[in-house]
Amino acid sequence: MKSANFAYIRATSLDHALSTLANTEDAIVLAGGQSLVAALNLRLQVPELVVDINHVPGLDQIEIGDDEVRIGPLVRHAQLMASDEATKALPLIGKALPHVAHPAIRNRGTTCGSLAYGDPAAEMPACAVALGATLVLASTDGTREVAAREFFEGLYETQRAPHEMLIEARFPVAPKGARPVFDEVAARRGDFATLGLAGQIHVDSGVIAAFDLVAFGSEPAPLLLENVADIALGKAPNPGLITDLSQAVADQVHPMESPLATPQMRRRQYRALAERCLHAAMEFADV
Amino acid sequence: MLLKPCARWPMNKLVSKAVGAPMPRESARLLVEGRGSYVDDIALPGMLHIAFVRAPFAHGRILCIETADALQMPGVVAAIDGKELAEICAPFDTNPPGVPGHASAPQPPLAIEESCFQGETVVAVVAESRAAAEDAAELVFVDWEELPAACSIAEAQSDSAAAVHSSFDNNLSLHHRFGAEDVSDAFENAAHVVEESFAFGRQTGVTLEPRGIIAHWDPRAEELEVWQSHQVPWQMREVYAAQLGLSPQSIRVVAPDVGGAFGLKLHAYADELAAVAVSKRLGRPIKYIVDRLESFTSDAHAREAKATCRMAVDSEGHILGIDAVVDSGFGAYAMHPRGSFGEAMQAAQMIGAPYKVGAFRAEVRGWRQNKAPSGAYRGVGQPIACAITEDMIDLAARAVGIDPAEMRRINYRSTLDEGTRATQSGLVIEELSLDACLAKLMEAMDYKTLRAGQAALRENGIYRGIGFASFVELTGVGAGLYGPLGLPLAANESCRLTLQPDGSLTCATSVTDQGQGTLSALGQLIAGEFDIAPNMVRMISGDTGRTPYGGGAWASRGMALGGEAARRACVRMRDGLFEVAAGVLQCEPSALAFDNGEIIGLKGPSGLTLAEMGALCHYRPYDIPTGQVPPMTIEESFLPLNLPYITSNGVHAVHLEVDSELGTVELLDYWVVDDCGTVVNPLLVDEQLRGGIVQGIGAALYEECVYSEDGQFTNGTLADYVVPMAGEMPAIHVDHITTPTRASGLGAKGVGEAGTVGAPGAVRTAINDALSPLAARVAKQPFTTRRILEAVMAAENLE
Repeated sequence: MKSANFAYIRATSLDHALSTLANTEDAIVLAGGQSLVAALNLRLQVPELVVDINHVPGLDQIEIGDDEVRIGPLVRHAQLMASDEATKALPLIGKALPHVAHPAIRNRGTTCGSLAYGDPAAEMPACAVALGATLVLASTDGTREVAAREFFEGLYETQRAPHEMLIEARFPVAPKGARPVFDEVAARRGDFATLGLAGQIHVDSGVIAAFDLVAFGSEPAPLLLENVADIALGKAPNPGLITDLSQAVADQVHPMESPLATPQMRRRQYRALAERCLHAAMEFADV
Repeated sequence: MLLKPCARWPMNKLVSKAVGAPMPRESARLLVEGRGSYVDDIALPGMLHIAFVRAPFAHGRILCIETADALQMPGVVAAIDGKELAEICAPFDTNPPGVPGHASAPQPPLAIEESCFQGETVVAVVAESRAAAEDAAELVFVDWEELPAACSIAEAQSDSAAAVHSSFDNNLSLHHRFGAEDVSDAFENAAHVVEESFAFGRQTGVTLEPRGIIAHWDPRAEELEVWQSHQVPWQMREVYAAQLGLSPQSIRVVAPDVGGAFGLKLHAYADELAAVAVSKRLGRPIKYIVDRLESFTSDAHAREAKATCRMAVDSEGHILGIDAVVDSGFGAYAMHPRGSFGEAMQAAQMIGAPYKVGAFRAEVRGWRQNKAPSGAYRGVGQPIACAITEDMIDLAARAVGIDPAEMRRINYRSTLDEGTRATQSGLVIEELSLDACLAKLMEAMDYKTLRAGQAALRENGIYRGIGFASFVELTGVGAGLYGPLGLPLAANESCRLTLQPDGSLTCATSVTDQGQGTLSALGQLIAGEFDIAPNMVRMISGDTGRTPYGGGAWASRGMALGGEAARRACVRMRDGLFEVAAGVLQCEPSALAFDNGEIIGLKGPSGLTLAEMGALCHYRPYDIPTGQVPPMTIEESFLPLNLPYITSNGVHAVHLEVDSELGTVELLDYWVVDDCGTVVNPLLVDEQLRGGIVQGIGAALYEECVYSEDGQFTNGTLADYVVPMAGEMPAIHVDHITTPTRASGLGAKGVGEAGTVGAPGAVRTAINDALSPLAARVAKQPFTTRRILEAVMAAENLE
C-alpha cells in the first residue's frame, strides 16, 4: 500500500500553485490530504504531480463580513468549528461540522478541500448547496465564481477544471431567526453518511419565509429539495405540515442502489429523519 | 553477623497482597508513548522487501508467469514464483490425523498452477524498498484462466457445485456428529417445539498492527532468525523447521511488541512462509509487512456459518432436547497448523452448554469455499453456539409464556453435582456458577424496572429490548485436546524464574502478550509471592532463544496456565531461599515469611533482603551455613493433567433501542457478571471483558467480510469494513463471582474471550426482544440497518 511515484512541489505562493497547475497535465492539489493521501496509497489516484499548498501563507483565513463568511482554502474543519463567530453566522455549519469524521481528521481536513473533492456523502457540499454558497475558482487565467448549486455535478464530479483551484468558499450569513436543520444516518458517528438532510428554515411572522433543504449521501450529488420548499413556503408550521413535508422529501429523492439499503428503505429513512429534523427546527422557531 | 546490610530498593512496595490488587499497568506507558518496538520498527543491514502479486480471481489456473519487465525495474532483486520456491519449501499439509475424514488440499507458499481464493499469493517480488517492490509487482504478467468457483456455503454444498480445489470432486472438508443418534422421543413428548434458522457473516480480527515478519537466513552459520508479529513463537519454530527441512535448534523465532492478535496471529500463513523461504533462497534478510488491504483478503477469516436448531421444552419451560445442524465456511485451505475445524466443532458442540438440555444432537459440516481460509478468532465457535442457544431460549420462553431470565434460571447446569463432568456433547465441565452470576446481574441491571420502562415506551412506539446471554467458555485449552487430534503443539505454559545477585527477579515465560497486559499480571503475581515491588521483576517473553518451551497465547491461557507455572516456580524458589535464610536466622524454614522485600522470622524485622540473599548465594556461597547453594534459576511448567481445558462461565445482558424507521440500534447499557476464578488484577480482567464485549458488539452490529457472488472481497478498507468505535459503545458494567478452579493452586480461569463469546448473543436476543411487538425478527448477523429494515418492512407487509 505505497503510492505510485509522483512529482511533488511545495507551492510557495498562490501564483506558484496556479502556474504549476497550468503547466502540468495531471496535477492534483494537496491541502488536508484526508481523502487524497488514502487514494494515493490505494493507487486509486495516480497523478503525475502533487501540488502541496500547506506552506502557502495567508490561505487559512476566515473572514466574517456582514453579509458573508469567506473561508480560505487552508481553513481546517477544526479551525472553522472552533470559530464562534463563524458558527454563529453560519449555524448550519456549526451543526454539521461535528458530524464531519473525527477530531483527528478535522484537524487536518479542510472545508474547501471537502467541497472541491465532491464526495456525495460529505457534509460540507450539502451545506454549501443548502445555504447557496458561492465557490471561487482560480487559475492563471483569472478567477470565476460558481454557485454551489451549480458546482456539484455528480459522483466526485464538479465544475472545477483540472488547472483550477478552489480558493475560497463564500457562505451567506444566516438571517436573524433562521434555524439550521441537520441530521444524518451513519453506521457510526463520524462515518460518511448513508443519507442525510442539511438545510436552513426561516419562519417569519408565523409563516415559513425561507426553506432550503438538501438531501445527501444517497444521491450522486447534493440534491436541493425544491418541491418540498414549494409546499413549505408561505405556510404556518404545524405537525400536519411537517408530515406532508417529510413525505415530500421521501418522494423527491432518487436514492442510488447500494448494498447498505434499498431505495425503498432510504425513502423510509428520509421520511423519518425529515419528520424529526423539521420538528426540532420548527419547535424552536419564533412562530 | 555474617551479613552486612546493603542498600534497600528505593521504591516503595505498592501492595501488600498482589493477587487481587487493581494495579495500574506500568508497561502500557511505553506503548502509549510510542516507544514500542514492533516488527516494522526493526531494520537489518542488507534487508530486502517483498510485495506479492496476488490472485485476482476466486479460482484460477496459472497458464504462465512473465517477470522480465518487473526485473528491469530499479531496485528489484528477484521475482520468485511458486515452482521456484517449491525447490526449497514444502507446502502446508493440514490434515490432523485425529480428525476423521478431514480433507484439505496442500497449500504452497506461492500458488503453483492453481489458485483457490482471491488474494492468494502467486509471485514474490523482492526489492530494496517496499515501494519499489510494489511498482515492479504491477509489471508482473500472469496469464490466467478463470475457473468456476464456489464461494458461499450454499454454493459450496450444492450438488452441482464447482470444486474449490481440483484435487477434490466435492467441497466437504469435515463431517462430524455430537450427542445422541436419535432425539425424536424428546421432541414427540414436548409441550412446545421451537425452530429457527441462523446465519453468521464472515469476520476477521482486524488487528491494529497488521501481520509482519522479518526472516534472516544466515548462510554462514546456517541459522534462521525470524521476527514475527505472532502469538506462538515456539509453534512457528517447529513450522519453519518442518517446511524448510531445518533442525528446530537452528531456528530462533522472536515476537517483539505485538499490536493485537485475537487469534489471527496464531496461524502460519502462506505469505509469511514465502518470506522465510525467500530469505533462505537469497541469503539476505527479508521484511514483509501485510498492508491493510492484504490483511482483509488474507488474514484468517472466521464465523461464517449457517445453522438450524430445534428445541423441545415441557410446559414449565424445562428443556427436553436440542437438535442442531451447523454448516461452517472453511475457505480454500485448512488454516495451518491447527486447521479450520475448531470453529465449526465448537459452534456445534457448545450449543446448549450452560443448560441441562435433555437429549442432545448436533451435526456439523465444514465446507471448502473459494475464499480466504478461516481460522481461530477470539472465542472460536463459542460466540456462534452461544447466540444460537440464547435465541432459542428466548423463543422457547415466549412459547411457554415465561420470563426469559426465569427460563434461563430454571435450566442452568450449575445446580448439578460438584466435580468434573462431561455433557452429552462430550464437554468436560467443572462446577459452574451461572445461578449466582444471573442473580447478581439481575440486581445490577434492576431488571424489573427495565421491563416496566420497556412496556411503557412501547405505547409510544419506542422499541427497546433486553437481551441475555449465558455462556460457558473453554479456557486454557491444553494438550488434552490437541494431542489426540495429532497436532504437534506444546500446550503447556512455562516459567523460568531467576534470582539475580542484586535481589531482582527475572521471569522468562512461554506466555506471550499482544496488548492484554498478561506479562504485567504475571509480574504482579510474582512480586506478590515475594512481597516486593513489581518493578523488581523483569519479564522476558516471545523469544524461543530466551524463554522456556511452551504455548504462547490462545484460548485464554495466560494467567490460567502461565500464572500457575509462575506461582509454582515462586514456591520452589522460596523454599530454597528459606532453607538458606533459616540457617542464617537460626530458625525453622516454616517460621519464615516474605515481608516487604525481606525474609523475616517470627521475631520480626531484622530479616534478610532479597538483595542480601542474591549476593550471598551468587558471590559468597561459602557463607551459607548449610553449605547447600539452592538453585538460583527454577523452571516450572503447568498443564492441568486431568482436564482438557478449564471452564469459565458468566452471564451478559444488554439494554438497547431499535429505531424501526431508520433501522439503527442504540446501545443503552451493558452488564456482565463473569466467573474466571481467582482474579489477579481486576483492572486488566475488567478491560479484557470490556474489550471482548466491544469486539462482540462489532460482530453483532457491524463487521462482515462481504464477498461478491464471484468471490471478490468488496469491503477491504476500514471505511467499508466497519469496526466498533468508542462513540457507539454503551457503559459496560462488570462484576464477578469467584469460583477458583481446582485444577491449579492459583485458581485462575481464562477471561480473554468471555466478552466476545457472549456479546453477539446478548445483542441478538435484545434486538429480537425489541422487535417482538412488530412481529419481526433478525436471524443473520451482523444486524445492520439494512437487515433490521428488511425484517421490519417484511413484517409490515404481512399485516
